[in-house]
Amino acid sequence: MAAAGQEQTVSDYIVHHLTNLTYGKLPEGFERYDGETVAAGGQWTFAHGADEIAAMGFNAIHVDSLGWSIGLGIIFCALFRWVAVRASAETPSGLINFIEMIVEFIDNQVKDTFHGNNKLIAPLALTIFVWVFLMNLMDLIPVDVVPELMMLAGVEYQKIVPSTDPNITMGMAIGVFVLMLFYSIKVKGFGFVKELTMNPFNHWAFIPVNLFMEVVGLLAKPFSLGLRLFGNMYAGEMIFILIAALFSAGIFWVLPAALLQIGWAIFHILVITLQAFIFMVLTIVYLSMAHEDH
Amino acid sequence: MSINWTIIGQIMAFIVFVMFCMRYVWPPILAAMEERQKKIADGLAAADRASHDLELAQKEAVDRLSEAKKEAAAIVEAANKRAATVVDEAKVAAVAEADRVKELASVEVEREKAQAKEQLLSQVSSLAIAGAEKVLAAEIDADKHAALLEQLVKEQ
Repeated sequence: MAAAGQEQTVSDYIVHHLTNLTYGKLPEGFERYDGETVAAGGQWTFAHGADEIAAMGFNAIHVDSLGWSIGLGIIFCALFRWVAVRASAETPSGLINFIEMIVEFIDNQVKDTFHGNNKLIAPLALTIFVWVFLMNLMDLIPVDVVPELMMLAGVEYQKIVPSTDPNITMGMAIGVFVLMLFYSIKVKGFGFVKELTMNPFNHWAFIPVNLFMEVVGLLAKPFSLGLRLFGNMYAGEMIFILIAALFSAGIFWVLPAALLQIGWAIFHILVITLQAFIFMVLTIVYLSMAHEDH
Repeated sequence: MSINWTIIGQIMAFIVFVMFCMRYVWPPILAAMEERQKKIADGLAAADRASHDLELAQKEAVDRLSEAKKEAAAIVEAANKRAATVVDEAKVAAVAEADRVKELASVEVEREKAQAKEQLLSQVSSLAIAGAEKVLAAEIDADKHAALLEQLVKEQ
């Protein structure tokens, strides 16, 4: 195999592993990978290759990301509901104890940071922490297992780590952002407008400058929240894939690649937990700020 | 990598899961934990109270014991005192009784003595008469001399 060909293969491998299973609407007149032309009115179908995904634009859905995300969310809900039904004042045991430990941990985090009286914050923080953690946890499944199995089952692409999809992380960040706006307006009322216009320079002439700075600051919160998680997980996944690609570089590379794989996975146990924790804590902090009336 | 409908789906899923957690997961777990906390706190308070009660009871027991001891001592003392008086009384009574008996005895003795003396005297006089009778049998007029002797006895 020629050097150029091999490089192409590795590159293909990486691109394949980073492509979502996308179901979307191809525009009219688009020429598909097999030479067929999309009929009038467009066509809803699974995308094949980056060109088709690009052609779909916004009218597409990442079936794998959303499926795994919702599936993990259901696992979270089922597990915690199972415990909630069985939780009692008696001595907890095993799984119930573990879940209660998580709940208590979240409860303490919320109590430390958030001083208002809001019944939403703690369940929100719990959902974010556990859900994001589970989504990140998918990163520890060897990168080839699920895509290869799916290939055997006839599914072309499969990206199993939902948090490596900006749609997923930004979706949650936007959810948090909406809550921030809602509580800012609900708690502060007109004070929220004042906060946006009269800070940091408390003079009417500076209103445009203040507004610009405050709005940028406000928008930066959800963006940093969502993109931090996405960036960390995407980079981590990318490194897993690169290490996996190293196995194909020759017999000499198998042992170093295996060691790297194990090392990076162990390190990643820390990363996935930390990222879930950061997302949760920042959510609490942002919502706490939204509740603080000056 | 591109943003598409997935983001809307994720937002909706997010809302659903948060609401589910808020309604069906968080409250029961937290309620159970709080109930347990309360139970433990109650248990600790009860234990505290019990140990306090025990302390009180011990103090009371000690108090009662010392009181009982005091009472017992008083009773013993009273009994001793009473015994002493009884003994004293008995002593006095005994002495009196003894005196009485002694007196009675001495009266008896006097009486017996007097009786014996009288008897002796009468016997002596009859003996003397009998002797004199034997000596003076013939010439002495018994009736005349007997009156004389009788007079002599009476003079004694």
